[in-house]
Amino acid sequence: MAEQKVKLLGFWVSPFVYRVIWALKLKGIDYEYIEEDIFNKSPLLLQLNPIHKKVPVLIHGDRVISESYVIVQYIDETWPHCPLLPQDPYERAMARFWADFAETKLLDTAWLGICARGAEREKAVKLAMEAVEKIEEVVKGKKLFGGESIGYLDICLGWISYWLPVWEEVGSVQIIDPIKFPATSSWMNTLLHLPVIGYNLPARDATIEYCQKRSKDLYESDWFKDKIRLHLHP
Amino acid sequence: MAGSEVKVLGTWASPFALRVHIALGIKSVKYEWVEENLEAKSQLLLESNPINKQVPVLIHHHKPICESLAILQYIDEAWPSAPSILPSDPYHRAVARFWAAYIDHKWFTWLKGVASAEGAEAKKAALDQVREGLVVVEEAFGKCSKGKDFFSGDRIGYLDIVLGCFLGWLYVAEKRNDVKLLDEEKMPGLAAWAIKFCLDGAVKNVMPDKDELLDYANMVFQAMAMAKAKLNAPPNY
Repeated sequence: MAEQKVKLLGFWVSPFVYRVIWALKLKGIDYEYIEEDIFNKSPLLLQLNPIHKKVPVLIHGDRVISESYVIVQYIDETWPHCPLLPQDPYERAMARFWADFAETKLLDTAWLGICARGAEREKAVKLAMEAVEKIEEVVKGKKLFGGESIGYLDICLGWISYWLPVWEEVGSVQIIDPIKFPATSSWMNTLLHLPVIGYNLPARDATIEYCQKRSKDLYESDWFKDKIRLHLHP
Repeated sequence: MAGSEVKVLGTWASPFALRVHIALGIKSVKYEWVEENLEAKSQLLLESNPINKQVPVLIHHHKPICESLAILQYIDEAWPSAPSILPSDPYHRAVARFWAAYIDHKWFTWLKGVASAEGAEAKKAALDQVREGLVVVEEAFGKCSKGKDFFSGDRIGYLDIVLGCFLGWLYVAEKRNDVKLLDEEKMPGLAAWAIKFCLDGAVKNVMPDKDELLDYANMVFQAMAMAKAKLNAPPNY
């Protein structure tokens, strides 16, 4: 099975797609990348991921897998060399817990903070910083979440090292203050200097330009209203 | 790995805590159940889950594990002897994880939306969304079960537990809104699955009685409505 052809449907600036790219690169897996225009979705994407109609989608032989963290775990289990998840069940549970925490409490609120305005922006940014406080405690004293080498949690949270500073610039906000969060800042720096991460990132200027436009377009959208309700008025 | 004290912090009405009950039952693990009062959370809960302060929490070897899906996978890995909770094949595991995320992040959000929807039109829209979600899951059931009784095949597994824990609350939504959501005609596979799931040895003794759950829900929603009315009442000058 492992030797079957691998294809990845992605979008050039998506941090979720990059999780999968980093996992594939770490495992040394050859794959064909197919760029998808998420604003003009192809019949292929709609056929492969009819439920969410989103990237990334991994195609492995005749198998189709969606949802970035599901794909990363699939990659880890199908190609077990260079394991991404720890071996110990408790450490694995911790990695899964914190990946879920960062996704639900930080990623949403940080992006929401950039899209929102006024008091809603302030509240979202405050919630994002509270989430970083908790992540700071987890990474304190560690080079990487995975220890000496990059692991599942580094991959799932990797967007923090690159996309979050871009969002901070776009929104003129500061979520990761290096004085308040020295361990997180140090981890971000370490991660970006790893070739598998540093050489596999979207161009910064293009990412800034995209995020500037996208954050404006999402303001007052259904997605925006749902997220405001979920996070700011639970 | 096994053989040490196992504690579960949960509440009888929590579908997420029910997942842990069922999973430990499948593995025949002995455990102590600690019924939490969410209005007055115990010191143990606050210390074990300082991040979310929620149930369920599994405590094993004095180490707490939180988030029900992480707990289910932990149980499967910490007690690796059969029966398995997750499938053995990586692809089937990926399919199970995908649908677990859909059920938790999409479908259950819609089910909660029924309670918070205000006005007849919003209620109907919310109920329709829950029903449409079940139609999607019905198709997934067909593909996963391949004609067998459960998502996992011959015996209950990860996805059965993930969806099955909500059956009581689905019943509550049906009774409170006087509608059928798990419709035998539209979702024959799921309707048959639900009956078998509730009769399973690891489920039947731990699943809360659905009418007790309904009474509890009625009480909770009434209290919420009264609190809201008080909040909205004009001030007494």
